[in-house]
Amino acid sequence: MEDMLFYDRLQFAFTITFHYIFPQLTMGLSLLIVYFKWKYLRNKIEKYNNAAKFFMKIFAINFTMGVITGIPMEFQFGTNWAKFSELTGGIIGQTLAMEGMFSFFLESSFLALFIFGEKLMGQKLHFLTGFLVFLGSWASGWFILATNAWMQHPVGYEILDNGKYVLQNFSALFSNPWLLPAFLHNQLASVVTSSFVVASIGAFYILRNKHTEHGKLFLKTGVVFGLISSILLAFPTGDWNAKNVAKYQPASFAAMEGIFETENAGAEIVLIGQPNMVEKKLDNKIAVPNILSFLTYQEWDKQIPGMDQFKKEELPDNIPALYYSYHIMVGLGTIFIGIMALAFFFLWQKKLYKLKPLLWIIMFLVPFPYIANITGWYTAELGRQPYLVYGLLKTSDGISPTVSSGNTLFTLLGFVALYMLLGLLFLVLVGKTINEGPKPQTH
Amino acid sequence: MEIFWYIIIAIVLAVFFILDGYDFGTGIIHLFFAKKEKDKEVIAKSAGLFWDSNEVWLVAGGGMLFMAFPTFYASVFSGFYLPLIIVLWLIIFRAIGLEFRSQFKYQMWKDIWDKSFGVSSLLLALFFGIALGNIVRGVNLGGVENGVSVYEGHYFFLPLWDSSFSPLSKTPGVIDWFTIIIGLISVVTLAIHGANWVILKTNSSINNKLKSVIFKLNIVLTVLTIFSLIVWQIVNPNSLDNFIDKPYLIVFPIIYFIGLFGLFFIKKIKKDIYSFALSTLLILGGITSSLASLFPVILPSINEINEPLTIYNTSASEYGLSVALTWGIIGFILLFVYMIIQKRLMGGKIDKMDYGH
Repeated sequence: MEDMLFYDRLQFAFTITFHYIFPQLTMGLSLLIVYFKWKYLRNKIEKYNNAAKFFMKIFAINFTMGVITGIPMEFQFGTNWAKFSELTGGIIGQTLAMEGMFSFFLESSFLALFIFGEKLMGQKLHFLTGFLVFLGSWASGWFILATNAWMQHPVGYEILDNGKYVLQNFSALFSNPWLLPAFLHNQLASVVTSSFVVASIGAFYILRNKHTEHGKLFLKTGVVFGLISSILLAFPTGDWNAKNVAKYQPASFAAMEGIFETENAGAEIVLIGQPNMVEKKLDNKIAVPNILSFLTYQEWDKQIPGMDQFKKEELPDNIPALYYSYHIMVGLGTIFIGIMALAFFFLWQKKLYKLKPLLWIIMFLVPFPYIANITGWYTAELGRQPYLVYGLLKTSDGISPTVSSGNTLFTLLGFVALYMLLGLLFLVLVGKTINEGPKPQTH
Repeated sequence: MEIFWYIIIAIVLAVFFILDGYDFGTGIIHLFFAKKEKDKEVIAKSAGLFWDSNEVWLVAGGGMLFMAFPTFYASVFSGFYLPLIIVLWLIIFRAIGLEFRSQFKYQMWKDIWDKSFGVSSLLLALFFGIALGNIVRGVNLGGVENGVSVYEGHYFFLPLWDSSFSPLSKTPGVIDWFTIIIGLISVVTLAIHGANWVILKTNSSINNKLKSVIFKLNIVLTVLTIFSLIVWQIVNPNSLDNFIDKPYLIVFPIIYFIGLFGLFFIKKIKKDIYSFALSTLLILGGITSSLASLFPVILPSINEINEPLTIYNTSASEYGLSVALTWGIIGFILLFVYMIIQKRLMGGKIDKMDYGH
């Protein structure tokens, strides 16, 4: 039983982490593509159109990878989490089916048209198809997060005698107080990732002295979008989400912030420290008093319940992982704002294109927004533990009763091998596309 | 309301098998009949341009099944655990085969991905047929051993095969001689469908040869069909009851046989779209006849202890189903709009279109 749960969780964590790499880029990149295409419609300068088409190629590779790693996610609800599916399918099935119906069809139909149809339909329609791809990919995020929001903070349901959850209020799924902040935070994070990718490719072209015209455009656009989105990511959306966790999942909040003991006065904010689960304290702590209370409730002396206030079985089952995920996300987010602000300052001073050290930093920064995004996702998911549906359904009660741990281990190993191959191919393809660079228009 | 959703999901799945069916079929054709590089490229392109928008139907169908019949989804997906995960891997292999073959010019690179595309298409066609075979045969619901259910009544777990390899065993596996026959029917049907697609969408040099290939495959299919109808009676003796009670259901097998007999005239058919339509009828008729023979059961039970799964004992709440119907109708209207736009812009032969992202 323990094994089963462990392998099921490991498999889901592995497949969703790998999957999330791709939509994370496509959602933000579609916005930048729409921006480039819109600029081209306004000013008719070819390089904007080339930029839109170049990034659509990278988008397409990511989209394909997203589709083929996304199908296993849908299947796994049934294969590995059958009990969960049976009990809650009537509710979260709504949002998942809507994702397929309203966003996935939109995105895939118009992506093909955007890529192959420019000559067939003229510039304005071409812009429109790009815009519809953007709309589809953001709608996808909306429905997936609506699904997740219900698991984090269930609303609009009724529990029958046989334990099944049935839908009682459809509109509650979308007015869920958890949804909007989580959606905005997630979409901004994806804009950060794609801005960093765009800026990094730009920096690479400038440093290699290749496609420099496009390189400057990419760098400039990436820095401007990156600065705006990384600031909005911290405030107001990050702050809003933290307040939501404090309000709806106080036990997770205590674990995230590393508060082992409730303080009589206001709670301090921990900058650095390692959770020590044996002695129930933080080692090597650096903290600023009262700040956490102020940030969360705008009151310096407001008490925040620590982990000592909750029963052991209500606390997340892996507190250090949750704590580190959260702190890595926040730490990286802060660093992003700093670097992008610096880059923006030099851009404004017209010195950025010659400032090699900073260009090198921007070029190699690419993996970090991915790490920040993934640790952010882990914060949400580890924080929800030990529940699948917060406060209602334990994770251990959601797994498939008929599938033995040996089967799950076998399929997990299969996924690991297959995804390693996929990852390698993906890097080769994206590398090749970047190396070829944006092509000048051929009429 | 349950019947409504059952019909909708059946339509979505049938559309999936018709649309993605042709690209599975092109894979099989590609594997056996494409010898020249030019043909290989054109055939891969005829699938590569469309597979991901076809696969969306699988995702949508899966999502709807999850929403409307959660108990069925949970039961079947965990019960057929191993074959379904293998199907997932095959889907991935096929997709990367299609997407990556044109990315590099090295012959070895192309050969690897061509084989990956062809073999996984073939195996997928086989597995989908086997799945259908399992559903009409029924499973050991509850995992009954010595008269006692091991799991709750609607759960089960099927090994890949049982040592007897017989559908009549008390604990049949996923693969037995009956499901293999249905699997082979699926392979031949989709190969015919794929060949029709290649003829329809390309000016490939093997198009004329493909017409006689279709004719020969159709003979094989006819033999397999007759044979399967006989053994079907042995495996599930109740399978004709529905057709006797509700004679109008006979329209579904008729659709199948129109497709089957129509395809014997393949060489005389002037317009390619008509023969593609015939193989479409074949798939449509095959799926709907199987479902009609079971209705309202969706998964028969082969033991006497546990009830079969029906659309009534596995569905979500009435309220949920009716809300979903409202947004579902809006969704379908949008969907047809997209399809019309796409077909208008991307119709015709694809040889001259750019391919490769």
